Amino acid sequence: MASILIQNGTILDPSQQLQVKRDVLIEHGRITRVDSAIDSKGIKNVIDAAGQYVTPGLIDIHVHFREPGDEEEETIASGSACAVAGGFTTVCCMPNTKPALDNEAQIEFVLRESERVALANVLPVGAITKSREGKELAELASMFQRGAIAFSDDGVGVADSSVMRKALQYIKMFDGLIMQHCEDHQLAGGAMHAGLVSTLLGMPAIPAEAEQLMIARDVLLNRTIGCRYHVQHISSAFSVELIRRAKQDGLPVTAEVAAHHLLLTDESCRTFDTNFKMNPPLRTQADVDACIAGVVEGTIDILATDHAPHLAEEKELEFPYAPFGIIGLEPALALYIKALVTPGHIDWMKLIDMMTVKCAQIVRLPRGTLKEGSVADVTVIDPDLKWTIDKEQFVSKSRNCPFHGWDVIGRATHTIVGGKLKWRLN
Amino acid sequence: MSETRWNRKHLLGLQDLSADEIRFVLDTAHSFKEVSMRSVKKVPALRGRVVVNAFFEDSTRTRMSFSLAAQRLSADVIEFTEKGSSVSKGETLVDTARNIEAMGVDVMIVRHAAAGASELLSRSLKCSIINAGDGAHEHPTQGLLDLYTIRERFGKIEGLKVAIIGDIANSRVARSNIWGLTKMGAEVILVGPATLTPKAFASVGCRISHDLDAVIGEVDVMYMLRVQNERMKSAQFPTVREFTKLYGLTWDRFQRCKKGVFVMHPGPMNRGVEIQSDIADGESSGILKQVENGLAVRMAVLYLVSQSGKAVSADS
Repeated sequence: MASILIQNGTILDPSQQLQVKRDVLIEHGRITRVDSAIDSKGIKNVIDAAGQYVTPGLIDIHVHFREPGDEEEETIASGSACAVAGGFTTVCCMPNTKPALDNEAQIEFVLRESERVALANVLPVGAITKSREGKELAELASMFQRGAIAFSDDGVGVADSSVMRKALQYIKMFDGLIMQHCEDHQLAGGAMHAGLVSTLLGMPAIPAEAEQLMIARDVLLNRTIGCRYHVQHISSAFSVELIRRAKQDGLPVTAEVAAHHLLLTDESCRTFDTNFKMNPPLRTQADVDACIAGVVEGTIDILATDHAPHLAEEKELEFPYAPFGIIGLEPALALYIKALVTPGHIDWMKLIDMMTVKCAQIVRLPRGTLKEGSVADVTVIDPDLKWTIDKEQFVSKSRNCPFHGWDVIGRATHTIVGGKLKWRLN
Repeated sequence: MSETRWNRKHLLGLQDLSADEIRFVLDTAHSFKEVSMRSVKKVPALRGRVVVNAFFEDSTRTRMSFSLAAQRLSADVIEFTEKGSSVSKGETLVDTARNIEAMGVDVMIVRHAAAGASELLSRSLKCSIINAGDGAHEHPTQGLLDLYTIRERFGKIEGLKVAIIGDIANSRVARSNIWGLTKMGAEVILVGPATLTPKAFASVGCRISHDLDAVIGEVDVMYMLRVQNERMKSAQFPTVREFTKLYGLTWDRFQRCKKGVFVMHPGPMNRGVEIQSDIADGESSGILKQVENGLAVRMAVLYLVSQSGKAVSADS
């Protein structure tokens, strides 16, 4: 395997709280040396990272790659290409495929396909219940043994409290992780956030309480069980408060937030543009502010895209009938910078922490570090690069992006996975 | 006399219109109302134009009213009705509409169960779009004909107190009337059970009350909405009996109304539920006037959107 030397860059490694100018030498798939002025003699692949950050490979624990079932929207191959183009070296794909990833064979399929594609590391999340129907537990332990990184019925939450209690107990048995799409079923069914805008538009709506109810219920169910529990795509102010309290009580709760819940509000739905239709829905500025505050204080642990590809013809529907979701992997880094770093809410070290080592900790993955000897998943980021988000330039098979046309700053320029350069910005 | 020009290609809702634009439509409608009095009820304003009624949801009066309005303007009128979502048939709404438009349509009148459907088509098509009701969002020509009818009755709209009573939450008629009435300077009081009167409307200048008897003595217009069971996800009040008891316009309540009160209803009405029969049929009722004025208002709207881009004023 050819060696790679990254020269003149600034190391940004939250796992060691390291921010210093160093060269990084990668050999045989591992980071073998981090030092000043490493000699480039005899090394063919030299990356000049002057003025750029060299960070652990970015991780996104919430993506939808649609395979099997909706390969016209995205595949493990196309999704992996999006990931590395966005600077991500590891992603966790959700099991709401057709059929669902709810058994060993499906887990095996994703892992093998990821290996075959050989771009990013794609780690499958197994369904909690068979066919994600919320009725019977799927073969959780078998999927876990086969390599399922976590469990979720994402797209829906587990509605039945007794099923959820059993899932927490059972997954706790092998110290696994549950990722919950928090949405009460009875309050669900709308197309956007329930508030002033939905009232004026006459649009069926989902109240914030739908999310809060399920978080509160799960935290309560989990009090005496103590399963590792992760709240997906948090979107509302009181949800942040519920997680804050659960953490204060010492419960094993973590949470993620997506870029769109840090940058957009339900005001965007006024034009009935379905690229602003996602679940959980865009909420109010107060919710956005609370999510940002949750990031700043650490109540929200990590950032995740919820990359959800849909074809243009699926999205070009009446707002109530269009599917939820937007793609996110390629513009994610720049959007997080815009939402959090540029306004001064957090610094670069914290941003990269939330995109690497914290993610790795939640899913218990020995990644997210630049320590010598570790697997060489490395991202090089130009923090000053100005660019315009152009959905037509995405490598994704889908184009459903509400940020099309936005001017942003900061972009991954090189993505190295397992010691191999998988992507570079031309 | 009006200096206002109309520059809109579409009519999607009253939220977008200014008071001047609304006044201009009403004035234009007034001049068209005279056509209905003639023995030959036809003018050549839209001769050679094609108007399509694209109704993706049940409707009788609105569709007929638009048809007749277009015919009185000498347009060619075609009808398209399809219930339910076109998605279920495998064709999207936009594709269906583009196919209809390809037949040379100038104006498409759209009724659809989904909020925003007209706006979606206005972005996707080249012809003019008139929203004839999109979900619980807007029904602008209903709002305009109501404004016309109120103005005809009172000689003004400004300063009047209008109570809109019943299922506000699920009503596109309520929304268009709220925008229209507040823009024209009326005071709007929304009355109904808490489950059907969203508090959010207070932020656009409406008063909200759950006690009909408390407001009944002060309002000039009692606008009774139909109880729309088909648009309610689940029962928003215990029983029709209890609804009628609290919010129905009964004879007893009618007696306590302000003298000269004007009773309106967008139809179709549930006699004995939201309105008692003899009130609906009585002298205070504007219900049939509303239907009659609807024709003139829709002629005006059809005429105006067809002229968009050209300078139009009331005296042209």
